[in-house]
Amino acid sequence: MPEVPIDIAHVAKLARLPLSAEEAERFSSQFGRLFEFIRELQALDVEHVHPTAQVIPLHNVLRTDEVRPCLDHEAAIQNAPATEGPYFKMPRILE
Amino acid sequence: MTMNTGHEIREAIARGEVSAVEATETALAAIAATERRLQAYLQVTPERALARAKEIDAAIARGQDLGLLAGVPVAVKDLFCTQGVRTTAGSKILENFVPPYSATVVRRLEAQGAIIVGKTNMDEFAMGSSCENSAFKATRNPWSTEDVPGGSSGGSAATVGARCVPIALGTDTGGSIREPASFCGVVGVKPTYGRVSRYGIVAFASSLDQAGPMTVDVRDSADALEAIAGFDPMDSTSANVDVPHYAAQLRNDLKGIRVGIVSEFEESIAPDAAMHALYKRAYEDLRALGAELVDVSLPHSKYGLATYYLIAPAEASSNLARYDGARYGLRVDGPDVFSMFDETRAAGFGPEVKRRIILGTYALSSGYYDAYYVRAQKVRTLMKKDFDEAFARCDVIACPAVSCPPFQLGAKSQDPVAMYLMDFFTIPMSLAGVPAMSVPAGYVDDLPVGLQLVAPAFEEGRMFGVAHAYEQATRHAWARTPIVYAGDGHAA
Amino acid sequence: MSKVIGAPADTEAVIGLEVHVELLTASKMFCGCRNAFGAPPNTLVCPVCLGMPGSLPVANAKAVEYLCKAGMALGCTIAEYSKFDRKNYFYPDMPKNYQISQYDMPLTTGGSVTLPSGKRVNLTRIHLEEDTGKNVHAGESIARSAYTLVDYNRAGVPLMEIVSEPEISSAREAEEYLAELKAVMSYIGVSDVKMHEGSLRCDANVSIRPAGARELGTKVEIKNLNSFRSVGRAIEYEIERMRACVREGERIVQETRGWDEGSGTTHSMRSKELAHDYRYFPDPDLVPLELGRALLSRWRTELPELPAAKRTRYVRDFGLSEYDAGVLTSERSDADFFEAVAAASGNPKQAANWMMGDVRKVLDRAEMTLASARGRPEQVAALITLVANGTISGKAAKEVIESVMIDGRQPADVVAERGLAQTSDAGAVAAFVDQALHANADSVASYKAGKEKAFEFLVGQVMKLSRGKANVEMVRGLLKERLG
Ligand SMILES: [Mg+2]
Ligand SMILES: [Zn+2]
Repeated sequence: MPEVPIDIAHVAKLARLPLSAEEAERFSSQFGRLFEFIRELQALDVEHVHPTAQVIPLHNVLRTDEVRPCLDHEAAIQNAPATEGPYFKMPRILE
Repeated sequence: MTMNTGHEIREAIARGEVSAVEATETALAAIAATERRLQAYLQVTPERALARAKEIDAAIARGQDLGLLAGVPVAVKDLFCTQGVRTTAGSKILENFVPPYSATVVRRLEAQGAIIVGKTNMDEFAMGSSCENSAFKATRNPWSTEDVPGGSSGGSAATVGARCVPIALGTDTGGSIREPASFCGVVGVKPTYGRVSRYGIVAFASSLDQAGPMTVDVRDSADALEAIAGFDPMDSTSANVDVPHYAAQLRNDLKGIRVGIVSEFEESIAPDAAMHALYKRAYEDLRALGAELVDVSLPHSKYGLATYYLIAPAEASSNLARYDGARYGLRVDGPDVFSMFDETRAAGFGPEVKRRIILGTYALSSGYYDAYYVRAQKVRTLMKKDFDEAFARCDVIACPAVSCPPFQLGAKSQDPVAMYLMDFFTIPMSLAGVPAMSVPAGYVDDLPVGLQLVAPAFEEGRMFGVAHAYEQATRHAWARTPIVYAGDGHAA
Repeated sequence: MSKVIGAPADTEAVIGLEVHVELLTASKMFCGCRNAFGAPPNTLVCPVCLGMPGSLPVANAKAVEYLCKAGMALGCTIAEYSKFDRKNYFYPDMPKNYQISQYDMPLTTGGSVTLPSGKRVNLTRIHLEEDTGKNVHAGESIARSAYTLVDYNRAGVPLMEIVSEPEISSAREAEEYLAELKAVMSYIGVSDVKMHEGSLRCDANVSIRPAGARELGTKVEIKNLNSFRSVGRAIEYEIERMRACVREGERIVQETRGWDEGSGTTHSMRSKELAHDYRYFPDPDLVPLELGRALLSRWRTELPELPAAKRTRYVRDFGLSEYDAGVLTSERSDADFFEAVAAASGNPKQAANWMMGDVRKVLDRAEMTLASARGRPEQVAALITLVANGTISGKAAKEVIESVMIDGRQPADVVAERGLAQTSDAGAVAAFVDQALHANADSVASYKAGKEKAFEFLVGQVMKLSRGKANVEMVRGLLKERLG
């Protein structure tokens, strides 16, 4: 099995996505093959190449500062799993 | 056939031979007849559709101008927000989400008189190539119900392939329209990045996602794209470029057209003799129509998979952070808010989505960002340059849409990389942002296979022109009848 | 810092401030929702600022303009190329669990803030980002509440983050820095800079080091600073706490500490888990900014005269003291009022005296501001003129100012109504003088014996007899004449 450089437990924490031991192990072995491809990419010389974040050459796409109608309050909170009064309600924040 | 093309329906409505309500009822009946075997829909919305059809008929009776898609039944992937109609993105985490707004493309479809009959099944958050990653059901291929319809827009491809509706909308991030279109024997179009508004489409990878039509014939794709394309002030990345009347650009021959054949792709497909032969014949058909075939090279296409599987998951890891149980969707409660986030996400996302969130989070994380994400973006630049150079030598590129015909359910579900390789021929166009489509090119083992046509940015009209000439000459789409009707006693 | 330092006097504080200023746009940063304070919870929200699936941001042109103008006012370099990035971390007040901000290409870099002492505090950068929603805690504190309630009205409000270099060396300098920033922002009208409404918020990075050392000590970030006073107090407290740590030989821990206004102390906030890996990357939903010279120079010409320039002009042209010039320019509306009074009265010095003295006094007493007062600059100027031309005494003017400022009355009307005009009728004044001399023979004698003080007493007696209306100069003249 080719070596996979991912510290899955750490990354799972960053992503707020706890994995079972079985999931972590399975992902790790599946990433093995993918990293064979990714390693090829790392052999490519791209030192003087500009990164492309967006394929379309747009800039300064801005909106004029105009107020548009908001959602009705009811529509805004209708999908909330829990509410209290006009608020979205969720468990407490442990500081 | 149980269902005509969209333009035929519209013309029949214009002549007063059929009503929008009748067209809608026909579509709903076809869905009802096939759905048990096809499993293409997450939700069919007959009441809403019929109410809308009545409005269209009333508008026509009042003498109002017919929209481009007046009275045409249309299905949309469950990734498009539909106001008041549940939108799940194929995920448990959005199982009960009812958007308070509609995607721009949904509003544009409806403004042109289209009648939305339901929301189609898909791989969860559009991540997959077989539709098996849906949290709810596995859609079947209308040509062989043991096989997958492709993905992620599998439900849309299947319902059009089964001739239940003439037009469905899908989205394509790395091949999610073109691959299922190939598998289901339909036309599937990924427009130029920026051609179609992304507003209201549940995001997978923002710099790659594009919505496009999946249709029985090329003319319907041309009309549907014309209906949905164009600048949207709600999407900063939508291009302010005029949308032509594509139907006027459809051709019947290819005289004076240079068609590029990608040498690297020919090497890749060569080991599969049947596939190789099919594409060889397709290129000869293009030549027979008057096209000149020229060799072109996409030297960085072999890095496409790696590049794509760094960029798309990275963007996805950020786009999918909002699913935390706080404001909408699934919530699994916990003693504090962060454990609620954790539990919700662990329970709400399926394995493929988790796999990509982990991969994407890693690609962006401290110490790896430059080595993975930035590097991938640089290769993306090279890939874009490949296409620029290729299009200096040809007008369109013709190449395989897929490396194999449809496969059996479960055949690749334990091997994600085998599944990822399904998109080998479609990923480079996504990374370069150029328009590409799959058009039916015949059958291998009695299963459909599509030819991919690619054009320079914003030249969809040229692509449609070539596709139309090829389609009219070969008539692959009309050559056979999907078997999905057979089992239910609905012969064609 | 490993070396143990002796007496606290041997240490110096190093402070950097991160100031968040909400921009005074009509709509939010990336959507059309109204940007306003105090609306009912979750009524100023839409799919975009609630982070609903499928929604996309479109940047507000005004916010970009305001930030650039703020940057120009502070002498920053405006970037030729800038972009938005995503800052990824999970927090319930953040609808998308990422904040759209700017990472490696902020809109401005450099620039500085000049303190009254003349010291310049350099700026690192100013960038544009979106505000978060507000967590409302059931119960007295976050830690003790059973659940959290969230209002997303503030989510997506345009925010500019002004980051200073660690060049501030005391609590007092920090307060001065903020006061100057506030003045500049209110001058150019990009923010209402109300700390109590949260439109100006401040985090302080504090460290101490041996006096003269070059290396920075371990820094602590202080949050929850909601007023100028609390910024000063928290920094003072933190410096003392650090010095005590050093004295006791304890190690200073790098951490985030919350300021508690009630107890006047800071406390450790358990560091936000994994807060250091924000996984910044360019936001693929937005496109870069390339503002171009023409636009930037147009914005530059739209900038008003800034506080520092005004101060210099007041000292140079009006002959005011640095201090007075500083007081008069701290708010643009106050400075505008003052300048109008000075122009209409032709007497800047008197205008300054009035604005800083009695005008301020009557407004404070009535808990009003120049903006809410009914008196306008022309009326104050008219009052100054009435004194200058001898119509009323300075003392009488002090009685008039309240009606002018609070009720908006014309000074001449009040003077007439109350009969405050001075008498310059020579006969009438002479009669009062004679009456006073007659009644105070003792004082006349003392004066003649060389007691100068008796003269002032006699002036006072004349004024008393005339009930303040006699023209005091005329009184003096007549008295001198009679006694001479
Ligand atoms: Mg910030
Ligand atoms: Zn909003």
